[in-house]
Amino acid sequence: MVAAAPSRESAVWSALAELPDPEIPAISLVDLGVIRGFAFEPLPTGGERLTVELMPTFVGCPAIDVMRQQIGERLTDLRIADEVTVALTFAEPWTSDRITPAGREALRRSGFAPPVTIGSTFVGDALTVLPIATCPYCASRNTTLENPFGPTLCRAIYHCADCRQPFEAFKPV
Amino acid sequence: MTTLDATTREALAELLLAMADDEFVLGFWDSEWTGIAPILEEDVAMSSVSQDEIGHAKALYELLAGLTGGDADQIAFGRPADGYRHAALMNHARTDWAFSIARRFLYEHADAVRLESLATSAYQPLADLVIKMRREETYHILHFDLWLKRLAEGGDESHARLAAGIGRLWVDAQTVFAPLDGEACLVAARILPESLETLRSRWLERVRPRLAAADLPVPATHGLPGADGRTRRTDEFAWLHGEFTMVSGSEAEATW
Repeated sequence: MVAAAPSRESAVWSALAELPDPEIPAISLVDLGVIRGFAFEPLPTGGERLTVELMPTFVGCPAIDVMRQQIGERLTDLRIADEVTVALTFAEPWTSDRITPAGREALRRSGFAPPVTIGSTFVGDALTVLPIATCPYCASRNTTLENPFGPTLCRAIYHCADCRQPFEAFKPV
Repeated sequence: MTTLDATTREALAELLLAMADDEFVLGFWDSEWTGIAPILEEDVAMSSVSQDEIGHAKALYELLAGLTGGDADQIAFGRPADGYRHAALMNHARTDWAFSIARRFLYEHADAVRLESLATSAYQPLADLVIKMRREETYHILHFDLWLKRLAEGGDESHARLAAGIGRLWVDAQTVFAPLDGEACLVAARILPESLETLRSRWLERVRPRLAAADLPVPATHGLPGADGRTRRTDEFAWLHGEFTMVSGSEAEATW
């Protein structure tokens, strides 16, 4: 019995899982949930094109171009398609709920509070309650939001009243 | 809805340009606070808000470029000052902190009303983008509602400066809803699901109670915003235009 060769789909996912987020390198693009999917399609001139759909975390995220370039180069290196395209999509909004459990753990380990699951706290698209973040250092929930805006668009600044540490949280969006 | 006739396409281009220019110009005005905002946290916040707005403008210019075959950077930076179509509200210099907060408060609520309606636009690429933008703008509303309250309750001087800012900007704030040439066409196609006048009434219903609750004078209803609400330009804007086109103008064909 011969083990099946890994499918090219899983080869693409594995390659993408190696790419770090440019602003928070502790988390991969796959765990960040910004890869909506990808597809192979025939080119009119023969051969195939691989198109990856990338969902920006924030519309104005300045790291988008770096992500596109990294994805394009990494997948071109796989020699799995004749052409690689990375397309931005807003067809469904990226939300912080898309960050995987492994991604949340990676954020916490590097000192970022993972985003609170929002689901019902957005009514329509409006946030009705400012969520409480859990301190990534001491796990206390006795924290206060100091600033809903931080050093990058996707980060907010909190303070922990128990271990007296300021910390950053991934903004629920 | 992938094919638009020429009239509808032109009307949609007008709407996209108006929205993009609002976000772009206000983003540049308020980015002037970077480094000199009253407190460090606010320096970070205003910079982040401005970055959001310029990001929204970029996405809207790209949508526009895709529609008309132009180039987003060229649209953003390649026009003379009188080619911009932002509302007259964005003609004013940042002035003092209370004035900037007054403008942000008036604009954020106008933008929220506009985006809420456009989230159901029949032009799906715009509806998709707007749904995403609203999740970011919700933080702006929370933030500037809080600043309004903070300055209104902060003492006589901050209250007076804020009231003066609201008073000075009130007429021009209406121009976010100034009629567009192609508006009837956009409403008929449900690209703009409601008329701008309907949206202006809804904005007034949001803004007035907040001003009253902060014990700020609620200006009387101003008449309809004129058709020149998005074409009037000022020397203050001409100065800003010189600033934000300085780098792109210094080497027109440069790539970065």
